[in-house]
Amino acid sequence: MNAVVRGLRGFATYMGSLMGADAYRKYLEHFEASGHSGSVMTEREFWRDRMDRQDSNPQGRCC
Amino acid sequence: MGKISNQSGVAEGLDPTLPPPAVDDSVREAEERRWTPAKIGLWIAISLLGAVAWFMLALVRGETVNAIWFVFAAVCTYLIGYRFYSKVIERYLLKPDDRRATPAEYKADGKDYVRTDRNVLFGHHFAAIAGAGPLVGPVIAAQMGYLPGTIWIIIGVVLAGAVQDYLVMFFSMRRGGRSLGQMAREELGVIGGTAALVATLLIMIIIVAILALVVVNALGESPWGVFSVGMTIPIALFMGVYLRFIRPGKVMEVSIIGFVLLMAAIIGGGAVAGTEWGAAFFHLDKVTIAWGIIIYGFIAAILPVWLLLAPRDYLSTFMKIGVIVMLALAIIVVRPEITVPAFSEFAGRENGPVFSGALFPFLFVTIACGALSGFHALISSGTTPKLIEKERQTRFIGYGGMLMESFVAIMALVAAISIDRGIYFAMNAPLALTGGTVESAAQWVNSLGLANVNITPDVLAQTAKDVGEESIISRSGGAPTLAVGLAHIMQQFIGGPGMMAFWYHFAIMFEALFILTAVDAGTRVARFMLQDSIGNFIPKFKEASWRPGAWLCTAIMVAAWGAVLIMGVTDPLGGINTLFPLFGIANQLLAAIALAVCLAITAKRGVFKWLWIVAVPLAFAAVVTITASFHKIFSPVPAVGYFANNQAFSKALADGKTEFGTAKTVAAMEAVVRNTMIQGVLSVIFVTLSIIVIIAALLATIKAIRAGGGQDHEDPPVPSRVFAPAGLFPTQVEKKLLAEWNALPAEKRTQKAGHH
Repeated sequence: MNAVVRGLRGFATYMGSLMGADAYRKYLEHFEASGHSGSVMTEREFWRDRMDRQDSNPQGRCC
Repeated sequence: MGKISNQSGVAEGLDPTLPPPAVDDSVREAEERRWTPAKIGLWIAISLLGAVAWFMLALVRGETVNAIWFVFAAVCTYLIGYRFYSKVIERYLLKPDDRRATPAEYKADGKDYVRTDRNVLFGHHFAAIAGAGPLVGPVIAAQMGYLPGTIWIIIGVVLAGAVQDYLVMFFSMRRGGRSLGQMAREELGVIGGTAALVATLLIMIIIVAILALVVVNALGESPWGVFSVGMTIPIALFMGVYLRFIRPGKVMEVSIIGFVLLMAAIIGGGAVAGTEWGAAFFHLDKVTIAWGIIIYGFIAAILPVWLLLAPRDYLSTFMKIGVIVMLALAIIVVRPEITVPAFSEFAGRENGPVFSGALFPFLFVTIACGALSGFHALISSGTTPKLIEKERQTRFIGYGGMLMESFVAIMALVAAISIDRGIYFAMNAPLALTGGTVESAAQWVNSLGLANVNITPDVLAQTAKDVGEESIISRSGGAPTLAVGLAHIMQQFIGGPGMMAFWYHFAIMFEALFILTAVDAGTRVARFMLQDSIGNFIPKFKEASWRPGAWLCTAIMVAAWGAVLIMGVTDPLGGINTLFPLFGIANQLLAAIALAVCLAITAKRGVFKWLWIVAVPLAFAAVVTITASFHKIFSPVPAVGYFANNQAFSKALADGKTEFGTAKTVAAMEAVVRNTMIQGVLSVIFVTLSIIVIIAALLATIKAIRAGGGQDHEDPPVPSRVFAPAGLFPTQVEKKLLAEWNALPAEKRTQKAGHH
C-alpha cells in the first residue's frame, strides 16, 4: 500500500514540476544560493512577473 | 579529428574542492563498451522482436494484422536507434562535455535559465513539441495504406526528425539558447539569414492557418463540439483569474479544477446538443466558425498571457500527457485487428480523394510531424536549451523527446486505420465527391472499387449516431477520423458502446485544445518576429510594450492566416485536399532550413567525416520538398498543380461555362482561380526562399571544409560546478559520482555557478 501511495505521490510531484508548479521554490533557491542584492519577490509578485514576462517573450507551441 | 573549442581550458578551471562535474571519459567509455551476456541478450531480444514485428507488418499478407505489431515495430526500432545511432551522433559529431556549464548554470537567473531535472524537462519538451500535427498527418496519409506511413514515421524519425531536434537543441544550448533565426544569421550571413527569417514567418502563417482549418472542419455543423470547445474559453479565463488573484502559483490545483470542468463541458455538450435550442444555437456552418476563430485568435493574441494562454497551456499539457498514456494503454490492452491493406489502391495513383499527389513525394510531406518536423527546430532552440542541466542530457531530451512524438504518430495511425475503410473514405473525401448524404456517400465509396469495401448508408448513419453527431460525411482534416478511431478503441477499453459519443468528443476536445494553443502562441511569436523586422526600419516597433505597434502587427498576422483559412473553408475542391500538402511542404522546408544551418555549424566544427549524419536527412528533406513544390507549381495535372488547375478553371470561365469539375457555380469557379493562384504563388515563394537558405548553407559548408573548419559562435566555455546523470536511469558510474556529490555538505551542494 505504501508503495502505491509513494508511487502516486511521485507521479503528482512529477506532473507538478512538469507544469512548472515548483517555479517559485526554484526561484527562492536560486535567490538564496546566489546571494542576490535587493529584495526577494513574494509568491504573488513572482507569478505576476513570470506571466508578464511571457507577454513580451512568447514561446511557440508546436503543431 | 576536428577542433572543438578549448576543452582543456575548462578542465583547468574546475573547482578542486568539488567532485568532478562529469564522469571521467575513459571510465564512461569503458562502461559503455562493456558488453555483459545479459546486455547482449537484451539487445538480441529487442532486435528479434523488432524484426518479427516488421515482418508481420511488411511481408505477411493475411486478411488482418494486429495493432500490437505496430507498437513492437516502433518501440524496438526506437530503442535501437536511440541506443546506437544517437550514441554515434553524440560520440563523433556533437561530443558533449559535462565539464562545461550549460546556460542554465552559467546564466542562471531563477526565471528563464533554471537547471531542470532531466526527466521533468523531457516531459516539458515533449509537451511543447507534440500537438495536433502528429495526430492528423498520419490519418490523412492512411489513404495510401498503412505501410508507407508506418515506415516513414519510424525510420524517418530515427534518421531525420530526432537528429534535427537533437542537433538544433545542442547547438542552441552551446550558444546560450539562441533561436534558429539568430543562428541562421550568424552562420549563413545576411542573405541566408534574412531568407530563413522570412521563410520562417511565412511558414508559420501557413501552419497556423491549416491547423485552424482542421479545427473548423471538426466543429462545423457539430453543436456538441462547438459547445464543449467553446466552453474551454470561459474555463481558461476562470483558471487565469484564479491563478492571478485567488491562489497564485497553485498550478496543479487549478489544472485539476480545469480538467474537471473540461470533462463537465464534454458531458454537458451532449445534453445541450440534445435540446432543441442547443442544437439550433450551436449548429454553426464552417464559414461562421472560421470567422469565430479569426476573431478569437486576434483577441487571444492581444490579451495578457496570464488570462487565457497560460491557463489553457496548463490544460493542454495535462490533457496531452493523459491522453497519450491512455491511448497507449488502450491499444496494448485492446489490440485491434487492422483490415486496411499495407498498400491501398491509391498508393500508385496521384488523384486520391483525401490528398492529391503521388506517394513520392507527397506522403513524406503529408506526414511531417511525427517523422520530421521543422517547427520543432523553433522549440528546440529557445526554451528548452535554457533549462538543460548537463550537456549530455540533450541526447535524452532532444533525440528521445522526438522518438516519443513519433510514437504518438504511430498510435494515431493505428487508431485511424482501426476503423472500416469505407467509413474512412466517406469521412475524408471532399463534399463535392461524397455528396453529403449517407446514400450518396455510400454509393460513391462503393464505386471506388476498393477491395473488401462495401459500405451501406445504414452503417454511416449508425456511426454518426454512435458518436453523437448529425453526420460524419466529409469530415475531412483528420481530427474527426482520429476521434472515431479513438472512440472505437477506447469504448472497448472503458465504458462500452454507450461511451463512444463521449470519447469522440473527448478526442475532438483535446485536438482543438492543442490547436487553439498553437494558433494563439503562433500568432504571438509571428507578431513579435514581424515587429522586430519592421523595427529595423521604424525603431518604435521594436518596443514590445508599444500597444499600437503590437496590435497592428497582430492584426496583420491574423489577417494573413485568416485569409488562408477562409480560402480553405470556402474552397470548392475541399480545403484539406489542396491545402494540407502546402502545410507539410512548409513544415519540411523549415526542417530543411534547420538542417542546413546544422550542416554549416557541423562543418565549421571541423567534423567532416561525420557530416553525412546531417547531410543525408537534409538531402532527403530538400529533395522531397523541392520535388513536391515543383509538382505543385509545374505539374500539368490539375488535381496536383496549382497553376494547371488555375488555367483549367480560367479557361472554363473564358469559355462561358457556369460549372466545371467540383465547382458548381461561377462564383465557385472564380474562387478556385483565386485560391490556386495564391497557393501557387506561396509555393513559389517558399521554395525560392528555402533554396536560397540551402545554397547559403552549402556555400558556408564548402568554405569550412576548404579551410579545415570555421569560426565557431559558441559561448565561451565555463567550468561546471554541478553534476547530474545523462539518461532516464543513472548508470553505475554515474551513481557512484552522484553519491560523491550527495556526500558534500549542503551549503556546497546548493552552490550555483551563476554569478562570478
